[in-house]
Amino acid sequence: MNHTAVLDVADLPEHGLGTASQTYWGTLAFMLIEGTGFALAIVVYLYLMSLAPQWPLGAPPPDLLAGTTLTGVLIASLVPNLFLARWAQRQELWKVRIGLIVMTVLGIAPLILRVFEFPAMHIEWDRNAYGSIVWLMLGLHTTHIITDLVETVVLTCLMFSRHGDSPRRYGDVSDNVMYWNFVVITWLPIYACLYWFPRL
Amino acid sequence: MSGKGDSNRRDTALNDAELHRCLASTWSTPAGLWSALSTVDHKIIGRRYITTAFVFLALGGVLSLLMRLQLSQPEARFIGPDRYNQIFTMHGTNMMFLFAVPVMQAVAVYLVPLMVGTRNIAFPRLNAFSYWMYLAGGLLLWIAFAIDTGPDVGWFAYVPLAGPQYAAGKRADIWAQMITFTEVSALAVAVEIVVTVFKQRAPGMSLDRIPLFVWSMLVTAFLVILAMPAIMIASTALILDRLVGTHFFNPAEGGDVLLWQHLFWFFGHPEVYIIFLPAVGMVSTIVATFVRRPVFGYLGMVMALIATGILAFGLWVHHMFVAGLPRLGESFFTASSMAIAVPAGLQIFCWLATMWAGRPIFKTPFLFVIGFMVIFVIGGMTGVMVASVPFDTQVHDTYFVVAHFHYVLVGGAVFPLLGAIYYWFPKITGRMMSETLGRWAFGLIFTGFNLTFFPMHILGLRGMPRRIYTYQPEMPWSGLNMFISLSAVILAAGFLLFFVDVIRSARSGPRAEANPWGATTLEWATSSPPPPYNFAHLPVVSSLQPLADTPDLLPVASGLRVDRRELLITSVVQASPEARESSPGDSIWPFWAAVATAVTLIWSIFTPWAVVWGSIPVAIALTGWFWPKGVPEDDA
Repeated sequence: MNHTAVLDVADLPEHGLGTASQTYWGTLAFMLIEGTGFALAIVVYLYLMSLAPQWPLGAPPPDLLAGTTLTGVLIASLVPNLFLARWAQRQELWKVRIGLIVMTVLGIAPLILRVFEFPAMHIEWDRNAYGSIVWLMLGLHTTHIITDLVETVVLTCLMFSRHGDSPRRYGDVSDNVMYWNFVVITWLPIYACLYWFPRL
Repeated sequence: MSGKGDSNRRDTALNDAELHRCLASTWSTPAGLWSALSTVDHKIIGRRYITTAFVFLALGGVLSLLMRLQLSQPEARFIGPDRYNQIFTMHGTNMMFLFAVPVMQAVAVYLVPLMVGTRNIAFPRLNAFSYWMYLAGGLLLWIAFAIDTGPDVGWFAYVPLAGPQYAAGKRADIWAQMITFTEVSALAVAVEIVVTVFKQRAPGMSLDRIPLFVWSMLVTAFLVILAMPAIMIASTALILDRLVGTHFFNPAEGGDVLLWQHLFWFFGHPEVYIIFLPAVGMVSTIVATFVRRPVFGYLGMVMALIATGILAFGLWVHHMFVAGLPRLGESFFTASSMAIAVPAGLQIFCWLATMWAGRPIFKTPFLFVIGFMVIFVIGGMTGVMVASVPFDTQVHDTYFVVAHFHYVLVGGAVFPLLGAIYYWFPKITGRMMSETLGRWAFGLIFTGFNLTFFPMHILGLRGMPRRIYTYQPEMPWSGLNMFISLSAVILAAGFLLFFVDVIRSARSGPRAEANPWGATTLEWATSSPPPPYNFAHLPVVSSLQPLADTPDLLPVASGLRVDRRELLITSVVQASPEARESSPGDSIWPFWAAVATAVTLIWSIFTPWAVVWGSIPVAIALTGWFWPKGVPEDDA
């Protein structure tokens, strides 16, 4: 088949940023998958709660301290995360490097607090269905944090390597920022569910 | 050829021969095992996916013949009850999870990038990973079956039968973990399709110019994304109940067995549409080509696809009418189950209107479409019947339901799929299938199918339950069962003929030209089979039927680099060009990532610590996958 050139794309950028990037949309799609998973976990929690004669089953409501501190840390982490987003957009290499180190630390902190959260539930996963769903939800969200932490660590190493200073890498940082926001936002309904529904 | 001399070379500076040479060296997959494991070409992976899915179809078909042999006469002794339980579970599980869903996605993996006019699927390495995961899941299930550890709890694995109390051993774990494999791969492909359709369409292919097959795959991809997490949560909870003593489904400790049914069918009903909607897209494509006019009511067709996708999530409870749910809930789900017949009917009428106004050419693909319409309408009508609670209560778990869902799934999906294979075979292999054998295959499959499955309605009304391995001679079932088993031989002969035609034509069929059917969508604008880079110049689109406007002249974009894998990113709604983007090159890491994930998942059937230790090699493989290698594709 013969061709006729009707469009010259030579002047377009060699990499799309923001909504022109495939990874932006890919990240959104993965967030939709995981968000659906978390929503379903909450539905299972409410379903089991609706069947139970009293709730929580066979345990007092969880202690608030560890979980609430973790929630505070996660919300506070949004501030440096937003700065990191801005620096990535302006492609400021050193600020991005520092921001990523800060976000690595802020990824480890909730994991330490999480260690205290499991005992604060006063129930094991194999005691009853309440214990099972509580551990499943905490476990899912812990996996979420660990996944993002590993990604942040790898990205930090990458930004300190010779591959760091390129628009593609700054795009990766932006997507990582977006994903961390998602990790924090998904936690809020889980926090409400785990800590406050038993107190209703 | 991507050395310094070629750096930043554009297609504008090259004549045709040079252009093809440069693009081929940038995009080709070299020969050899290592390259075969590393390739990210959507056409090679799509071909593998389709072939593997058809192998599973054949295996599942053999299982159904074994069941028909056992049921052909009362109190037969060919297969014992334990093996029979494994066989019907394997048949359902295999057909749903290893054939129907993957084959539809596989066709999309091959065709969607070509139909939207781009050079590779989005996230091509994820695509490679998804295939290896799918293959590993299939091998897990079939190897387990071969060593007498095949799941035996039905394809929907209801608890408490599938729970720790009644399903000792590893059989149900194999089922639950096979789910993880296939869902990971299905979700990965769904994400790729969404991003390919959103961001890689040819310039000018605005939302109202997207081919109907691509629309159907986009809606399907969203269904996968929203439905599959439910089965992931369900199968994870089941495995946890079985392995570490949680109580999600244990009523003695506050769990609930109906929770399983809710979660399973919240996935399981959309699953039907995950299989059916791609088939609808295939039908629309084939109808348009063989009636030689665009499908009537494009906007209505797209709206019907989307409406079906939304309604699909409001029907799950109709699988649970006999579980004793509140009356109001049952009424709601009866209404929604009947409502989904509206968009389905709308599409049927649009196709009929298209055929009415056109001049149909009765080639094999079109014959399968006609077969689809007849069979699917019958399946749809029994669907409206079982949507009514009193009727469903009567026929639940009988052969009536077996007849109904085979009419819907085989009629609704396998017939369009076979038509699609005849239709797109020349594009995929560069050779035509045989029209004579195709007509015979269609005739045998259509006749064999109806003779096999229609009498099952009557068997069901006479009270024969599903899943029984034998029955007593006093029951009024033996004559029909013998008839069904003999008819199944006709059906199997039809499929055998189809496979013979495929293998024979792939080897020595007549050579196909670029557009043998005179179709109007973009995949026919390139050679058959397409070169590794799909299009030498990326097409520019100004209508719904790009090849109909100027049959011999393709408007294209120029100015792309040829020294790196480059394609165009366009905006979501209007498809106006936004960037020239690189497409990742071949990599062995997706293969290693899949191996590491597979080992972790299978190991975790035996100890939960596998998840901890297995995550280390998985993380290493993923890091290797994403770490830049200093190739032109990694630079901005």
